[in-house]
Amino acid sequence: MADIAIRDALRQALEEEMNRDERVFIMGEEVGEYNGAYKVTRGLLDTFGPRRVLDTPIAELGFTGLGVGAAIAGLRPVVEWMTFNFALLALDQVINNAAKMRHMSGGQLSCPIVFRGPNGPAEFLSSQHSQALQSLLVHVPGLKVVAPATPYDAKGLLKSAIRDDNPVVMLESEMAYAWTGDVPEGEYLVPIGKADVKREGKDVTLIVHSKPLRLALEAAEQLAAMDIDAEVVDLRSLRPLDEETIYRSVRKTNRAVVIDEAWPMASVGSHVAWLISHNCFDELDAQVELVCSEDVPMPYNHTLELAVQPSVEKVIRAVRKVCYTE
Amino acid sequence: MAGTKAKQYDKTFLLDLLTDMLKIRRFEEKAAQMYGLKKIGGFCHLYNGQEAVAVGSVAAVDLKRDHVLTSYRDHGHALAVGMDPNVVMAELFGKLTGCSRGKGGSMHLFDVERNFLGGNGIVGAQIPIATGVAFASKYRGTGGVALCFFGDGAIHQGAFHESLNLAAVWGLPVIYLVENNHFGMGTAVKRVSSVEDFSVKAAGYDIPGRAVNGMDVLTVYEELSEVVEQARTDSRPCLLDVKTYRYKGHSMSDPAKYRTRQELEKYKEQDPILLLKARMLENGHLTEQEFKKLDDEMKHVAQAAVEFAEQSAEPPLESIYEDVYT
Amino acid sequence: MAERILMTALSPTMEEGSIVSWKKSEGDAVASGDILCEVETDKATMDYESTQEGVLLRIVLPEGRSATVGQTIGIIGDQGEDVNGLLAEVEAEGERVAPGADTGETSVSAGHEAPTPAARSAEADSGGRAESGAAHIIKASPLARKLAQQKNIDLASIKGSGPDGRIVKRDVEQFSPGPATAAPTAVAGPAGQDRTIAVSGRRAVIARRLSQSKFEAPHYYVRDSVNVEAVIAARSMLNKQLPQKVGFNAFIIKFVAEALKRHPGINASWQENTIVQFGRIDIGLAVDAGNGLITPIVRNCGNRGVVDIDAELKRLIDKAQLNALTPEEYTGATFTISNLGSFGVEEFTAIINPPGAAILAVGETRPTPVADHNGELAVRPVMKITLSSDHRVIDGAAAAGFMHELKLMMENPARVLY
Repeated sequence: MADIAIRDALRQALEEEMNRDERVFIMGEEVGEYNGAYKVTRGLLDTFGPRRVLDTPIAELGFTGLGVGAAIAGLRPVVEWMTFNFALLALDQVINNAAKMRHMSGGQLSCPIVFRGPNGPAEFLSSQHSQALQSLLVHVPGLKVVAPATPYDAKGLLKSAIRDDNPVVMLESEMAYAWTGDVPEGEYLVPIGKADVKREGKDVTLIVHSKPLRLALEAAEQLAAMDIDAEVVDLRSLRPLDEETIYRSVRKTNRAVVIDEAWPMASVGSHVAWLISHNCFDELDAQVELVCSEDVPMPYNHTLELAVQPSVEKVIRAVRKVCYTE
Repeated sequence: MAGTKAKQYDKTFLLDLLTDMLKIRRFEEKAAQMYGLKKIGGFCHLYNGQEAVAVGSVAAVDLKRDHVLTSYRDHGHALAVGMDPNVVMAELFGKLTGCSRGKGGSMHLFDVERNFLGGNGIVGAQIPIATGVAFASKYRGTGGVALCFFGDGAIHQGAFHESLNLAAVWGLPVIYLVENNHFGMGTAVKRVSSVEDFSVKAAGYDIPGRAVNGMDVLTVYEELSEVVEQARTDSRPCLLDVKTYRYKGHSMSDPAKYRTRQELEKYKEQDPILLLKARMLENGHLTEQEFKKLDDEMKHVAQAAVEFAEQSAEPPLESIYEDVYT
Repeated sequence: MAERILMTALSPTMEEGSIVSWKKSEGDAVASGDILCEVETDKATMDYESTQEGVLLRIVLPEGRSATVGQTIGIIGDQGEDVNGLLAEVEAEGERVAPGADTGETSVSAGHEAPTPAARSAEADSGGRAESGAAHIIKASPLARKLAQQKNIDLASIKGSGPDGRIVKRDVEQFSPGPATAAPTAVAGPAGQDRTIAVSGRRAVIARRLSQSKFEAPHYYVRDSVNVEAVIAARSMLNKQLPQKVGFNAFIIKFVAEALKRHPGINASWQENTIVQFGRIDIGLAVDAGNGLITPIVRNCGNRGVVDIDAELKRLIDKAQLNALTPEEYTGATFTISNLGSFGVEEFTAIINPPGAAILAVGETRPTPVADHNGELAVRPVMKITLSSDHRVIDGAAAAGFMHELKLMMENPARVLY
């Protein structure tokens, strides 16, 4: 076991997969000579050279589409978007091509490509650079979407994503790249489509993905002091979604609080809340609560930007509501 | 003059070109008829008039290592690469025997065996993809070239600029071929373009650019043979502005009121099929009887394709969830 | 802070209640748990225990008047508080306001203006209606509903601890049925002729529940004649030994309970996606309580003897005559018997009383010529019984099997021992 940061876990995954499979290459803005805007690709240019680590012009649509073309022609590109905010320029290639190539060709083509980069609120970045956009991507059949929040999951999921024959979008988090955790020596994979119970409990289920996992675990600790035993389910994969793990937990606790740092409408959180109320209706002892970002663009002011996002306090309040201890 | 040019080629080669063009013409006429009978629905963009572009270009590439990508006006290219007219017509009918199992329709014809990668419904979206296909060929050292067709409407998309810049910077073997039929849907080129000769845009990327007469299949073949060989040798992209004309509206729902009958008749005087036929008659490669016989055969091929499509099964409902993920 | 006293549901099916008498007068101090008034519900006259504290400032709903659940019946607050604002709101919602009793403590202020029509309609459009509508619903979490159903607990008898009194899991788990407390009060019925009779709460519930049963449950009927000679003999033998005579109905209940034990499929209920076969045999007996039908329930008949059953029946019928049955005493019968024999009826069919899936209609015992097994005619006491069954739960063969068992048992009571 080694205690390493998420960015290093991601780099290990890239390095191992590039060593394992010659078809894997990485491209994006500043991934090479600059060593990555968030240092995920540090050293890879030195190791693998410019043939397999490519600095692109600032042309998200162009290089994303180029990746799609390379994928259908037999390579396994890893496309790094400097942030998902800029990926909006590339969504036509993701949604209309990567996700649909297999379908439109009646199964003739496959598109093994990974799109990855930081998503979600950061700090002091205002509206265009600090937003959680997973709702746009999980909406699309043909894509897989993963959202790890620990070094172990980040490494294992990225390796699985690179080996997957479908397009996989990997949501990372600028604020979480430095988070550390244990990663075993040697080869392992985390399967796409499996949630993970990060903390067992019996009174309420917290369902979370990506960066807010930390605040969910912190809330669970504080709730324990209030005699509320919270279970924390980390979705890890958003598409496909591990519904069974969600239901198993909610059927045990009879209460659910869903946490999602995206906006409330048509989000992973609202969808999961619907799934629970639909599939666990008779097992629910309270309404399902959703703790999400306020329905506004991100403000620059720090107090305001914190107030907009999910917090430990908001999670605790929601839990107390569903436990009727408010 | 015309006669001397055709003399350089043997009869079989010329007959193949003529056969392919006639096949496309008769197929498209049948498709129009079937559309009128509601056997084919949705968007259906016909290729009548432009046959020399697809047939002349495809004759100049090696489909064992080169790839062809095009837009939604793709019936002609599909037939030019050698796809079975039955399979193409069945796809237009939405039948299980279609090349995309009825999932793609008119705009999404694919044949992986023949390196024909679609069939893209978003204007210009195939340009980055073709660039990526060329990237893969170069990465793997196959010596393959990507032949990318798109219309004069697509040239104004950002994807065009981003792709040509990337291909130039990374030295990718792509032939960017504008099928300039003078109208982006109902809008004349001169109303929306800063230049009328698109080949001059090549200078902006420091790559070769040429203007080509797209009504003459031999000219197209010769020009393409040169640039394909050059791209293969130098691993560099080029841009061709191939002037052509479509006899039908943009799609089956377009009555083409934005141009005059006289203009259409003027172009029909240079009809690519009649042009090649005249040369072959002049050079003794063809008799009127032979032409008549060939034309009848192609009419029969089109009719047989309709019969095949008619008799083919609808895709079963269970296939809805197939071809989405591998 | 003056607040409204609202009509609340005092029985599970109550939607409306009328004030029989106010037990507090305007100006009286009210503590939580004090009896404010008596309310005639659809089934019984119930005490309205206050959940609020303060001084009864105003009686809004006078005696003899009725209100739907959620409507304002009075105002409670601090001594001397001005209630005119609240009264105006209540009035704007279209509720009746009783003329204020002269307590010397409340008075209409001179400057008070009646709300304008616009204000009235605006008030009416806002929360008031929705609130009174929502009050009809017993709030309970889906899990609590399911648990209560499994435990056969009436949700209305549980006090919810969740927001707005929502019944949640812990409330059902902690619930234990306590002794019922209700002050019986007889209500005199009006008399006269050519009358238009207002539909009482109880009558409305009878109408609704029975219509629903008849419309939703596909009824069919199985009829038989029973020679009750042996039952009469058994009864007279027993009664010779007892100071208190055991009624014939207790015998019918006992035999029905024994037959149900052997045919549990009849002691069942349609629950949309499931059929519940009840573990207990709780038999309701339709009783005419003077102003409407009520079915007091003898619980757990399968394990009781006729003497015990008879004592319980007498106690319940006495209470029913006084309108004093508590909801636990008349809801949830797993099987029902209706006996119109005492009215001289030979035979009839009855409508199933949910949640049960069958009801037995019993006619008068009459001397009837019967052919014995030698084919010779003899006059015997014969009673006609008709079983109405819900075909969703009980098929014809099952109903016939039950009826046959019941007949054999009553004609040969020793069969109970089999």
